[in-house]
Amino acid sequence: MKAILRKNKLSLTVVLLFTVFTVVSVYIGFKPGVIIFKKHFFSFLMEMLLFLPIMFILIGLGDVWISREKVEKHIGSDSGFKGILLVIFLSMAQVGPLYGAFPVTYLLWKKGAGIRNIFIYIGAFCTIKIPMLTFEIGFLGWKFSLLRTLFSLPFIILIAVIMERILKNKNFRMQQP
Amino acid sequence: MKLLVVIAVIAILVSIFTDPKKTWLGIKKGFLMFLKIAPAILAVLIMVSVVLYMLPNEIIIKYLGEEAGFSGYVFAAIAGSVALIPGFIAYPMSGILVKSGVSYPVIAVFITTLMMVGFLTMPIEMKYFGKKVPLIRNGLYFIAALLIGGLIGIFYSL
Repeated sequence: MKAILRKNKLSLTVVLLFTVFTVVSVYIGFKPGVIIFKKHFFSFLMEMLLFLPIMFILIGLGDVWISREKVEKHIGSDSGFKGILLVIFLSMAQVGPLYGAFPVTYLLWKKGAGIRNIFIYIGAFCTIKIPMLTFEIGFLGWKFSLLRTLFSLPFIILIAVIMERILKNKNFRMQQP
Repeated sequence: MKLLVVIAVIAILVSIFTDPKKTWLGIKKGFLMFLKIAPAILAVLIMVSVVLYMLPNEIIIKYLGEEAGFSGYVFAAIAGSVALIPGFIAYPMSGILVKSGVSYPVIAVFITTLMMVGFLTMPIEMKYFGKKVPLIRNGLYFIAALLIGGLIGIFYSL
């Protein structure tokens, strides 16, 4: 709990300032303050309180049931369609920001994954992580999420193929910082 | 929303039947993640509320709505490439922006660049790949994001 407080000093300061601002606004009848709270903030807050706990429970369950090691075992240097599918599946089960993907790609590269699969992993990691999809569907709807995923996949594969073409025979290597 | 609740209930039930201990661990993990991100989400909600109050809807619609055209896409792509916002915050924010008049394709460009193009994180990427590869990769994804937005735009205008 303390760690959470310490890590979020800036956010909590904003929250505190806003609380004071709203209370004062209501007290002295400062209209903009009341409107910002009532019309904007409060309706957003209610929506978040409905969505977020459910989503995070789903994410927590996914985290417990899908283990990275299990999937990783099956991606050797074998390529082809099956390899692509496996890499996409592996990356979908991840959480975290883009730069969190690089250590994993390094691991894959060391284990002998091909150039194409490495970049498919990065692309899929960024766009179609399952935890992110639950958020996307919740806040932007099925149609948006489905369209974006469907249109992103070909580009992910295409860019991976381009990268492979560019880097093949160029002595591609990754390094650990 | 209803569907999400149904999925969550089914997932929890199936999980409990298979392994109650693991289920409890998962729920606890999820709740902890929620606590960790909650202050940041609150702060963003506050800032978005203030900005939306100061920016009238007409202005947002004019520059980022359906009539904004290509410049709206480019603006979203640049914003998404530079910004460092985790998805847990970006999606709620995008939901609000859509309601305020930002078009879905513009949001798609923003989200895609946000996730795939990391201008500020490029130094980290270069530590793993060297200089050249990240430059090519980020450039290609920047273009791809605009194309993805365009394709989604076509579908939404049908």
